[in-house]
Amino acid sequence: MDSRPISNEQHTMSVLVDNEPGVLARVIGLFSGRGYNIDSLTVSETEHEAHLSRITIVTTGTPMVIEQIKSQLERLVPIHSVNDLTVSGQPMERELALIKVAGKGEKRVEALRLAEAFRAQVIDASTEHFVFEMTGKLNKIEQFVLLMKPLGLVEVARTGIAAIGRGPTRM
Amino acid sequence: MARTMTGAEIVMQALADQGVEHIFGYPGGAVLPIYDALFQQDAVKHILVRHEQGAVHAAEGYARSTGKVGAVLVTSGPGATNAVTGLTDALMDSIPLVCITGQVPTHLIGNDAFQECDTVGITRPCTKHNYLVRDVNDLARVLHEAFYVAKTGRPGPVVVDIPKDVQFAEGSYVGPSNVVHKTYRPKVKGDQEAIRQAVDMIAAAKKPIFYTGGGVINSGPAATQLLREFVRMTGHPITSTLMGLGAFPASDKQWLGMLGMHGTYEANMAMHDCDVMVNVGARFDDRITGRLDAFSPGSAKIHIDIDPSSINKNVRVDLPIIGDAAYVLEELIRVWRARTPQADKEAHGAWWKQIDGWRARNCLDYKPRDDVIMPQLAVQRLYELTKKEDVYITTEVGQHQMWAAQFYRFEEPNRWMTSGGLGTMGYGLPAAVGVQMAHPDALVIDIAGEASVLMTMQEMSTAVQYELPIKIFILNNQYMGMVRQWQELLHGGRYSHSYTEALPDFVKLAEAYQCVGIRAEKPGDLDDAIKEMMSVKKPVLFDCRVHKEANCYPMIPSGEAHNNMLMGDDVSEEELEAAISEEGKVLV
Repeated sequence: MDSRPISNEQHTMSVLVDNEPGVLARVIGLFSGRGYNIDSLTVSETEHEAHLSRITIVTTGTPMVIEQIKSQLERLVPIHSVNDLTVSGQPMERELALIKVAGKGEKRVEALRLAEAFRAQVIDASTEHFVFEMTGKLNKIEQFVLLMKPLGLVEVARTGIAAIGRGPTRM
Repeated sequence: MARTMTGAEIVMQALADQGVEHIFGYPGGAVLPIYDALFQQDAVKHILVRHEQGAVHAAEGYARSTGKVGAVLVTSGPGATNAVTGLTDALMDSIPLVCITGQVPTHLIGNDAFQECDTVGITRPCTKHNYLVRDVNDLARVLHEAFYVAKTGRPGPVVVDIPKDVQFAEGSYVGPSNVVHKTYRPKVKGDQEAIRQAVDMIAAAKKPIFYTGGGVINSGPAATQLLREFVRMTGHPITSTLMGLGAFPASDKQWLGMLGMHGTYEANMAMHDCDVMVNVGARFDDRITGRLDAFSPGSAKIHIDIDPSSINKNVRVDLPIIGDAAYVLEELIRVWRARTPQADKEAHGAWWKQIDGWRARNCLDYKPRDDVIMPQLAVQRLYELTKKEDVYITTEVGQHQMWAAQFYRFEEPNRWMTSGGLGTMGYGLPAAVGVQMAHPDALVIDIAGEASVLMTMQEMSTAVQYELPIKIFILNNQYMGMVRQWQELLHGGRYSHSYTEALPDFVKLAEAYQCVGIRAEKPGDLDDAIKEMMSVKKPVLFDCRVHKEANCYPMIPSGEAHNNMLMGDDVSEEELEAAISEEGKVLV
């Protein structure tokens, strides 16, 4: 049977873990040790009472590698469940970005106008700069950042993707 | 009922409650409270090794020959880092261990304290799981969990790192029965529908083969019995990985010998040509598959494994069954019996005829010599003279290991301890210490190479201290033989640093350790020398001087397919030159 790599796919996985020291290191160590890609990784405690955290990982690989990543994650002892959101249906994916733009005159006005069009919030400003807060899909943020480049883009901070499955049930 | 005791006492109580009778270890500053508690009890016997790597390998040998969890106790810093090779070895070969490491007191963690290292950080990728216990009230639960995680599912090593202040602190003890794990739930029962499909596939096969591995041995004696029963019911051929030797008796006519890089011609050819492959507890390792895109191209593959991550990792399979080998085999037998499939006598007859043709190739043949001991002959004579004994074999890593696997024939499981996945030189001697500790009256032999055995030679001193009459049977060719063989095949015979110009006199070394040294230099000496070794009730270093440039055949050159084996009896210079492609050279 042919086992050579076929085409790469991007998958978003939601990993429910015990919120204990070292659990993120286990997940990251697994990815680096086995040579898997991390396109984006976010983590935060989501259920305080139950000591649960949710790690959202976006990764790229052949279908065989994606299957491996899921099984390898499930093998880690403090992991409750691994859900490949891409397999279970198009997940809701959002990212938050903070974008700092400095400039004066026409460029500054243009930056603000575009921010309104993209529904970005101004969260800090002076006569020489804005910091925009923006939530959205990956490509929306990327497009906005691209537009800000000629208008005096200084720096960008992004959270990485948080994702959740569609419909009324939990994963 | 919860009882209050110190952390160190909790450790000893938990070990005793887990049925630990022997623990292999080495004291140091950060485990002194545990050693003090150890001193004041009788349930657990401590074996003092000479190096922490030896402690872990000894515990591995102990675990593999008994089916129990091996236990290790070492100190912080260098104690823990020295254990890393053994832990990695145990992870690769799925050996259940619990390794307790001392740690500097919690308030010093992260301060670069004396003998501090980030033990959980360092051992995270080389253990199945690990713990740093910061609160003495978690200690008992964590220790019981550690044993549970180590032995269930796919077994593996677990480290419990205990800071010194936690060892002194008082806390409550809970027994093993009160431990339930929150997230860890290995799946042991195979899917019924998949099992029925497997029976259909096996029943319809014209050229079937069983390919089994260490998972059958790890599953326990029941799995071995069920495997034998099922394989004999079907009448189909069976081969096994290095790790799985002994699960099926080597004397049986259905047995094809080991497969893989140095496996038999018949096993590899049958794997290549089969139409249905039944993998029980093996993992399609690169030593087994050879060139992946040419691996058994025409077969439908069934893969039974307890670890879902082993499925479709290297080779895509048609029917995965996730579960414990014993459970799945029992169900296969039940469904097979209910079905009583009609055997395709004609097809199976033709298949066996084809296999017999490959067998007639006598792939393990070698050119005998009168003037010098051939290493193959040494293992053959050792086997013939010891096979009626209650014998356990360990090995180091290299040519001698492959010759042992080819020429020593195993009838029972848990009798063969070798470092398969990691390939750790220096494994066999300390492993023999562990095996002999578990089986004091058995004949325990480490089939060794002189280079490997020097890596952990200091453990002879442990064997002498505990009166463990292990036999270290060294095939001494003064070369790192497998390295030399690869240099011959791949690097134009430029033997870069694979020859040991200065070696100890092993007979005198044995005397220095206060054990017995025996040397054999000619084929005619061999039998008497082996008999002498067997009669000695002390540890023995047996210096068997063998042909220096013998190569291990048959061999699938790296990067080649199963049906492209180099045979020992007729390899020409040109064939050797052409054997390994440029692509194959970069593989290990």
